[in-house]
Amino acid sequence: MIGSSRHEGMMQRLLLGRMFQGRLLPDSMRTEAGGRVERRTDIRFSFDGVDYLGCAGDTLASALLANAVHLVGRSFKYHRPRGIMASGAEEPNALVTVVRDGGRATPNLRATQVELYDGLEAQSQNRWPSLETDFGALAGLAGRALSAGFYYKTLMGPRGWGLWHRVFEPLVRRAAGLGRAPGVADGDRYGRYFAHCDVLVVGGGPAGIAAALAAGRAGARVILCDEQAEAGGSLLTEIAAMIDGIPARDWLARSLAELAGLGNVRVMARTTAFGCYPHNMVGLAERVTEHLAVPGSGRPREILWRVRARRVVLAAGAIERPMVFAGNDRPGVMLAGAARDYLLRYGVKVGSRVVVATSCDTAYRAALDLAAAGVVIKVIVDLRASADGAWPAAARAAGISVLAGGRVLGTHMRRKRIDSVLLGRGDDGRTRWFDCDALLMGNGWVPAVHLFAQARGALRWDEARGVFLPGAAADGVVCVGGCNGAWSLAGALAEGAGACGGVAPVVEGEVEARLGAASVGGEAGGKSFVDFQNDVLAGDVRQAVGEGYRSIEHVKRYTTAGLGTDQGKTGNMNVMALAASALGAPIPQVGTTSFRPPYTPVTFGSLAGPARGAMFDPVRTTPMHDRAVAEGAVFEDVGAWKRARYFPRAGEGMHAAVQREVGATRASVGMFDASTLGKIEVVGPDAGVFLDRMYVNALAKLAPGRCRYAVMLSEAGFVMDDGIVARLAPDRFHVTTTTGGTAQVLGLMEDYAQTEWPELKVWLTSTSEHWAVVAVQGPQARAVLAPLCDGDLSGAGFAHMAVRTMRVAGIAARVMRVSFTGELGFEVSVPARQGGVLWDAIRAGVAAAGGLVYGTEAMHVLRAEKGFIIVGQETDGTVMPGDLGLPEGRGKADFVGKRSLSRPDMVVVDRRQLVGLLTENPAVVLEEGAQVVAQADPAAGTRALGHVTSAYASPGLGRSIALALVAGGRGRMGERLFVPMPGGSLAVTVVAPVFLDPAGERLDG
Amino acid sequence: MLLIPCPFCAMARPEAEFRHAGAAHIARPAEPAAVDDAAWAAFLYLRDNPRGVTAERWRHVHGCGRFFNVLRDTVSDRILASYKPGEAPP
Repeated sequence: MIGSSRHEGMMQRLLLGRMFQGRLLPDSMRTEAGGRVERRTDIRFSFDGVDYLGCAGDTLASALLANAVHLVGRSFKYHRPRGIMASGAEEPNALVTVVRDGGRATPNLRATQVELYDGLEAQSQNRWPSLETDFGALAGLAGRALSAGFYYKTLMGPRGWGLWHRVFEPLVRRAAGLGRAPGVADGDRYGRYFAHCDVLVVGGGPAGIAAALAAGRAGARVILCDEQAEAGGSLLTEIAAMIDGIPARDWLARSLAELAGLGNVRVMARTTAFGCYPHNMVGLAERVTEHLAVPGSGRPREILWRVRARRVVLAAGAIERPMVFAGNDRPGVMLAGAARDYLLRYGVKVGSRVVVATSCDTAYRAALDLAAAGVVIKVIVDLRASADGAWPAAARAAGISVLAGGRVLGTHMRRKRIDSVLLGRGDDGRTRWFDCDALLMGNGWVPAVHLFAQARGALRWDEARGVFLPGAAADGVVCVGGCNGAWSLAGALAEGAGACGGVAPVVEGEVEARLGAASVGGEAGGKSFVDFQNDVLAGDVRQAVGEGYRSIEHVKRYTTAGLGTDQGKTGNMNVMALAASALGAPIPQVGTTSFRPPYTPVTFGSLAGPARGAMFDPVRTTPMHDRAVAEGAVFEDVGAWKRARYFPRAGEGMHAAVQREVGATRASVGMFDASTLGKIEVVGPDAGVFLDRMYVNALAKLAPGRCRYAVMLSEAGFVMDDGIVARLAPDRFHVTTTTGGTAQVLGLMEDYAQTEWPELKVWLTSTSEHWAVVAVQGPQARAVLAPLCDGDLSGAGFAHMAVRTMRVAGIAARVMRVSFTGELGFEVSVPARQGGVLWDAIRAGVAAAGGLVYGTEAMHVLRAEKGFIIVGQETDGTVMPGDLGLPEGRGKADFVGKRSLSRPDMVVVDRRQLVGLLTENPAVVLEEGAQVVAQADPAAGTRALGHVTSAYASPGLGRSIALALVAGGRGRMGERLFVPMPGGSLAVTVVAPVFLDPAGERLDG
Repeated sequence: MLLIPCPFCAMARPEAEFRHAGAAHIARPAEPAAVDDAAWAAFLYLRDNPRGVTAERWRHVHGCGRFFNVLRDTVSDRILASYKPGEAPP
């Protein structure tokens, strides 16, 4: 059966091969049997426009290798040809862009983690015009010109390197890079889930499975996540050992079936634990549809999980360590464990004639497995002085020659991969070239402690094993298996089970593989790479130390080792070893660099999740928002609020609309939606005392039924907010704040009420959303409002700065007689849901009186004509009330910020003070933020006297006006100053900041 | 993300519900007018930034709204205690 289906598959391939551009492309390096791919399937995919065939279960890397394609990319800096080095997340070289359509192109994916699907289209990166013929490779000829510190030394170069900055730097920046981001918006959905569990197991290898089984059987809520398409880790390639009496891969299948049957266990494949955060918060990135030929529309593309676990069991395994020798980066040079993975998981031979270089036993296992599959092992060069023990003996018994005490001196490349390796004997110095089409490196394993270190776990150097191992852990985090230095299958299973109170499964048939002492593993001369992705050479590390860098963190930044998207998973250990050697210090003294999330890159789509477009930030609208829309308002964003900025009529721009709105308000009446102002209800027998301490102004003795403009300072004495404080009753105040400052003001009030003066009986409630507020301003304000009210609005009965409760348009309302325009004015507050009714009633009266609705821009002009400040516009966090000409509460007892007003820096004479500025040309409106100086043509470096804070064309004055903060401004009345602008300085005259009706006669209508 | 025990709600909640509110146990002088400039500047601006255990204030702003104190190790982020304002650190 198997034979016949294999035959059918071959026939189908031949047909398909002819269908595609007449090219026959059998996956020639595929074994006849073995591996976990589905051979009956023919998966069509393309790489750089060439079609190939692969199998279901392949990764892009295994499918390319099955087609004898090793050259898959160009390196970051030198544009060196690069191949596939690893088989998993640690891959530094084989970065590709996978394209689905215009908006779905994902750059910088590791080919080793891209699952093959029918029609997959992948492209190599960082090459031009093509992968084979790449002009950027000329950078490689420049050689040492691009060595460590190149960017620091040149891109930060001195001025005067004009040609460099204009021409060469952009070229270098373009040449040194990875894939390009798509230019079209991402059309996919991304999910965001939160989960809680008792035990989160990261990694589905033997240790993780054993841990999940033990925890799951005990009834704990368990999440087991694994970054690969199928869980199993090293069990997927375990072909010899028996676990609990059955073959290891059968035990894996049985265990996964048991976990699937436990209702308290969730097993997540294709899910990377990318970050371990404080208090056992782990970020998981689940790729939901990336592996599907047709993703469909029903499910999100990826899901970002935030998992809070009582315990985190890290079973992340270990990463094989490359060797450092000249030409160790060339296509065909691979990790031995990766070659074994490709053979046993995907049925792919990475070469036909292979040289194996090793400093430990595990590469022997790879060599023997490859030999059994028909691969010729030309020689095993063992760096150890003597190669003895079970594994070398087995290799020799299999007829493989073993060269003990040897060295790798170089590689030679022909066309797209290496064709020979130069080996040397340690004892007599003889060298010899060996023909081969792949070179496998086995230089020991480095525990994947990334997540453990992110969780603030301490690392300790294990001299015997030559690795950093997990030391003291954060609460509830434990490492098991390979990432804890337990190399053997039995050890991994025992640690995993033990961590969750289970019994270790029994392992038979495992032959111990000894790991050598840590070393960089080769002769680090010539182009010997330590960080493959960032093109860092062994010589760069030595150079950095030679130039005086001592800290490994500095060496890292100077050489850029470990700064790539792979974060140096394969390179960091060699960098540390070389740095230690150059410094003459032991490795543990040199130490490790910091491990930071993410473990592997996470897409922006995943991180953003649903928070995009309209969902990016909540939008707040007032109860009368629809009325403003109907009036044709143009809106502006003020914090999260949408506020009506102006109401243009047909053909009107903002300037014309604002002039009309201001003019009509001063001539008859205007109405304004003031609902966005913050409102706080301050209640209690001590409410007056409390507010007296919070504001500059005297509020304790404010009579019920009266309002007062009040300024709040920070404790440092700077103006923080302002608003109207209305006393409704002896124990009840209605306090308004600026639109943007509401939360901050309430927070500060709560802080003092709770922690400084807990003895005061006062309670604070945010009522910002409770009230809809309409301001009616202008000489006709009373005439418009009075018919709607059941209370007395007359000047005698309702004085300026009074507050009354009454019914307006039949609605229970709070009415304040206040003015932010200088006109007779009222502000009517009603419960929010009644806002529309109130608005409509007032709108009818305003229309009848020839008035209109005005927006925030007209409000700004109206208040600026009167010299009223806006916090955040006239103030910037360094302005004192005295600077603005406002009372400083000198006669009052203590209040927040009072003491700071007499600090030495606050009482200097030349503080910037609020003034008005009139341009000599009345048609010119100054730019807000422009500097104010004393000279018409100030020399470079002249210190400004101040800056313009507000500037408008004023309809009331028929000319431009401006407010400014100017040093010693109140003493400069009538002085001629200058505002330098790109077209020349503008002359201005300093005037008082109140431009209109300084006597306040318009307040009575 | 930290899990912060709120002493008023008597439960640990995620950091997103809270807002950091600066160093704890910085008492506002009872009579600010009697404090000299240097001492007042220190009250305003000078804070310790220890490597190790620090006392800091948090507000359960999206929960009960209360301010409280926390002892946290800045190296491990381990929270050793949380307690109400006015209480001595344990």
